[in-house]
Order: sequence, then structure tokens, then C-alpha cells
Amino acid sequence: MGAIRNGLVAVNDFFSTRVGRIAFFFVLALITLFLPVMFQAAGNVFMVRIFALVGIYVLLALGLNIVVGYAGLLNLGYIAFYAVGAYAGMNLGFLMQELLKGLGFLGERPENWSYWVLLPFAAVPGVLAGIMIGAPVLRLRGDYLAIVTLGFGEIVRIAVTNDIFGISNGASGLPGVGQTVAPVAGQMWVRENLSFGNFLFSKDLYWYFIIVALVLFAILVITRLDNSRLGRAWVAMREDEVAASSVGVNILTTKLWAFALGAAWGGIAGHTYAYWVGFISPESFNFMESVLVVCMVVLGGMGSIPGTILGAVLITAVPEVIRALAASPLLSGVLTPEQASLVGDYRFLIFGGLMVVMMALRPQGILPSKRRARELQPVDDTILAQENQQLWEAEHKHDSDSDII
Amino acid sequence: MSAELGIIAQQFVNGITLGGMYALLALGYTLVYGILLMINFAHAEMFMFGAYVGLFTLQGLSRIAFFTSSGPALLLLYVLTFLIAMIATGILGVVIERFAYRPLRHAPRLAPLISAIGVSLFLQNAALLWISSRSLPFPVLFEVRTFRIGGASISSMQILIIVTTIVLMLVLDSFVSRTRLGKSMRATSQDRDTAGLMGIDINRVIALTFFIGPALGAAAGIFSGMYYGNIKYNMGFIPGIKAFTAAVVGGIGNLRGAMLGGFLIGLLESLAAAYISTGYKDVIAFVVLIIVLIFKPGGLLGESVAEKV
Repeated sequence: MGAIRNGLVAVNDFFSTRVGRIAFFFVLALITLFLPVMFQAAGNVFMVRIFALVGIYVLLALGLNIVVGYAGLLNLGYIAFYAVGAYAGMNLGFLMQELLKGLGFLGERPENWSYWVLLPFAAVPGVLAGIMIGAPVLRLRGDYLAIVTLGFGEIVRIAVTNDIFGISNGASGLPGVGQTVAPVAGQMWVRENLSFGNFLFSKDLYWYFIIVALVLFAILVITRLDNSRLGRAWVAMREDEVAASSVGVNILTTKLWAFALGAAWGGIAGHTYAYWVGFISPESFNFMESVLVVCMVVLGGMGSIPGTILGAVLITAVPEVIRALAASPLLSGVLTPEQASLVGDYRFLIFGGLMVVMMALRPQGILPSKRRARELQPVDDTILAQENQQLWEAEHKHDSDSDII
Repeated sequence: MSAELGIIAQQFVNGITLGGMYALLALGYTLVYGILLMINFAHAEMFMFGAYVGLFTLQGLSRIAFFTSSGPALLLLYVLTFLIAMIATGILGVVIERFAYRPLRHAPRLAPLISAIGVSLFLQNAALLWISSRSLPFPVLFEVRTFRIGGASISSMQILIIVTTIVLMLVLDSFVSRTRLGKSMRATSQDRDTAGLMGIDINRVIALTFFIGPALGAAAGIFSGMYYGNIKYNMGFIPGIKAFTAAVVGGIGNLRGAMLGGFLIGLLESLAAAYISTGYKDVIAFVVLIIVLIFKPGGLLGESVAEKV
């Protein structure tokens, strides 16, 4: 144990240096950009798809992190926003195609521009849903909110299963009979122009890069948000609602912003997922999905962007990768496919246990945000003493300064 | 009696049966909330666990010829099944409290809630992996007779469920309001720290709460198995939400409120299934929950308490 700990500390120290940080980001960029290309070149489309799926979950986890991590509100129905985004995207897309066809704009080889045209507005359905559910219930205390959001998630799933307003085609999903999703614009272009030799620039690789771009955009926006006036209001509200409201933070609007901005990413992820996979059904939006996204945020570290991303990668990828590896010659001697598929079966059991253990031992997550870590840890005498010392030193310094002046 | 009234009467009977199960489950939510101010998200899994223990006990004991030989022996078999399932589930509840919730008693409120979701996830998947992913038939060892009263019919099973539920509620109610332990529970729920200063062993009271709640939940789980004829690893999720709604409707923390809320939700659901749509019957509870929380967050019987700062 001691050796492992020392090793970890050494690794941590290395990454804290400038060179270490640059090296870390270089390796990370290499993995995110080139590994899927390598897999594609090797003809392993399955792994490319897993990379893209991980990206979708990263997007979801980053969005939920705004609600749970920054604002401290537990949302157990987050997947509903993902569903709203997916169904809205599909239906608006069908409408657009019909309209274009009616106007005679569709050429011989119809390409689907609806994904791109609707992308700037993809957040809108999610945000609207977020405000709709948030406005009446955000006045509730935190734990009631968790149950109400859970109820909202279930309402959306049940409504979609029952073909609400005739737009969701019930349990059989979209596209229904007579509806088609044409290949999304750009997909064919990259396939024809960027493939060479044996390397095929596949649809999944194309979507992977779109998703990576969206994730980078999300990181940029959310980092800016975290450092904004609103971000500070979230922190203040999370730590002490009464104190925050007494210094002028409007609790209800601040919470509503968190809800709406979190839901926005759910909507964007849903829109993208719908056009990538080309098929959506109510099964993809059940309660377990919401719990999984919560697990990602909690495991990685509430309020921490690197933590959230790590959580999403671990929870989505690890069971799939183990299953894939067991099928490959690399691990075939070590792990039988049966054992590997057990990992997939046991993952929810393991995640459940992990959530309990994490809350007891490391509630701040694997890669915590510093501020959140201190908040989640029970009051520690040594930390308190340290803080008092710092306070005293600061005051003392001030005194000596004024003496000089 | 007209056919219309007959349907209403029938839905009333069904609703009361369903409501009894919700009420038993709701008591567990309300007991824990009253004392720890936390939503025991894993309580729905007590319903499931109790049903499984009940099933296995019933299967095991019914192999002994004595238990199926006569009417009184069969009654003994059922009483034993309920006792064993309730005690086992109660012990599970105490163990969960000890390991998952007690270390978090002074943590921010989000922490025990997440821990409870973890427990729920763990138990559900444990049942899925180690018992069965399919639904198991729940045998009924006695002959179910149906009686007609007016336009409605009521089965001996429904009578059994309603009567046992009411007996369990009366026992709990007099336990909490009459006995010394019940008094210490009430004191703890009013003010945990002061109760501790008055010489009440807080940990013991909390453990007791986590025994009683799950034990009642287990009884509800067995009833559900008997009533619907099968049990499944995820059977607790939807009734759990409805029972929580029942607890909130009645005023969370209030025992009689939970009982009232349970019957109300059961009735509303049966009537909605008959008159609105069966596809949306699970939505009713959620809609009721949201409406109650917006307009009367204290519930029907709860006093509106300002949030402690």
C-alpha cells in the first residue's frame, strides 16, 4: 500500500509541473484523436462506436455536473432531457425533410441537413423542458427535488412509450414505418474524400469527431460558466442557501439557470445521439440511465470537469473494453468471454457498491474539485487549525504592513 | 345497483387492497424521514427482498407435510413465513443503516441520498444476478374464494391483505404512542440531540426504526407477491415511488398520514386505471406528488415546518 501511495504521489507531483501538464495533455490529445483512427484502420468499428458512446456520456455527465456538482441539486431524471432532445431532433428533422421535398429542394442524392441546421437550436427543447419542470419544483428542498425529478423522468418515458401526441411511435421507436433518416450531410463526403487504401472514414468515426468537438465546446462553455458571476452564485448557494440569499443571490433564478443550462447539454447530446444512431426508442431513456449519469458525476468528482469526464469514461468504457478485450487474442488466455461478459453483468452491482463506499470514504470523488472536497469532508480539526493559522497570519501580515506605512 | 356504481365499488375494493400495500411501504419512508430527515431510497428494495425471503420460506416450509395437512397448520405456515421474512428484512435494514448511512450522519444531505441510491442499485442487481432475472411465480397455498357484495366482488385474498394491513398498522400505532420505546422514537424525531441528552440511546432508536420500516415493507412485498402471483428483482421501484408519494401526501414524518396517503394513492390509481387510461396509471402518483409538493408541501396531516437553518 505504501509503495502504491508513494507512486501515486510521485505521479501527481509530476503532473503538477508545467512540463508534466503539457506532457499529460499531449498524451490525452493523442489518445482521443488518434486511437479511434487506429481502431478504424484496424477495421475495429466496434471500438470506434464505444469511443463515440463514451463521448455522448461525457457530454451528459458534464451537463448533469452543472446541476449536481455546481448547484448541488440532485436530479434523478436527467435522462428525460436527453430523450426530449432526441425526440425533438428526430421529429423536427422529419418536418424539415418534408418541407424541403415539398419545395423541390431535394436533389437526386438526398442528404440530411437537419442535424446541422437544428444543432444550434438543439439545446432549446432541453432548456424548455428544464424550465418547465424546474420552475414549479425548485422551491422544494433538495431531497424532494430528487424524487420529483425522478418522477418527471418516468413521466417522460411513460408518455413516450404511450406515443404521446403521436410523435414518438410508442415502444417501437423512431423512425417508424414510412419515415426515413437519410445519411447526415458530410458523412458521404468524408467517406469519399478522406478514405485511402484500406482505411475507410466510416460513419462512426465521422460522428466520433463531431462528438469530440461538442465535448470540447462544452468544456469551454462550462469552464467559463464556473468562473462567471453565475458560477460563483451556484457555489455560494450550494454551500449555504440562506447566507447566499442574504448577500443578494436570487435562489430561485440561480437554481433555474443551473437546471436549464444542465438540461441544454442533455438536449444537445440527445439530438446528436438520435442522428448518429438513426434510431431511438423509449428503452434508451429509462431510470437506470439517469442513475448511471449520476454515478459518473459522483464517482469522478462532483463539481470537477476532469473528474466528471474520468467518471464517464470509466463507467461507460471499462465494461465494454473488458468485454471486447476478452474476445481479442490479447486476453483470450487470461479471461474467457463468459468471465468478461460477467463484468458487464456485474457492473451495476459494482457501481452501487462503489457509490456507498465512495460516500463513506471519499465523497469528493476520484478527481475532486478542491472547493467541493473541503465542503464534503467532515470538519477536520487539523484543517481547521491550518485555516485558523492562515487567517491569523494574514491578519498579522496586514498589521505589520500598516506599521511600516 | 347500476353497472356504473358497480364499477366504482369494484375499483374501491381494488384500490383499498393496493392502498394497504402502499401504506405499509409508506410507513417505512415516513419513519426514517421523521427521525433522520433522509429519504431512504433503498426502502423499495426492502419490499423486493421481503417478497423473495417470503417466497423461499414458503417453498421451504411447504415441503414439510405437517404444514399443509390442515387449515390451522396452513395458517401457522403463513404466520411463520411473514415473521421470518419480516425479521430477515428488518435485520437487513439495520445492517444497511449501520454500514451505509451511519458514517454519513453528519455529512451534507446529498451524501446519504447518493449512498441510498447505491444500496438500492446493489440490492436490485444482487437479486437479478444471484436469484433470477425473470419473474418467479409466487404460489398461493389456500383456496381463494370470491364473495359478491352488491356490484363488486372481493376475494378472500383481498380480505386477508386488508385485514392484516390494518392489524399491522394498529400494532405500530399503539407501539409508537403507548410504549416506552415508542416514546423515545417520538422524542428522537422531535430533536435528536436533546433526546440524546435525556438519556435516550439514539443509535438504538435509529436501528429500531430501520428494523420496523423494512419489516413492514417486507409484509407489503409478500402481499404483492400473493396478489399478483409473481415477484421480480425490480418489483420495488414503482411501488416504492408510489409509497413515497403516499408518505408525502399524508405529511412525511406523520405515521397516520402515511396510512391515509397510502389508501388515497391506491384508490386514485384504481379509479384512474378504470376511467383515464391503464397506460398512464403509473403517472398518476407522480402527478399527485408534484401537485401536492407545489400546493401543500407539508401534506394533508403534516404541520408545515420551516426548514431548519
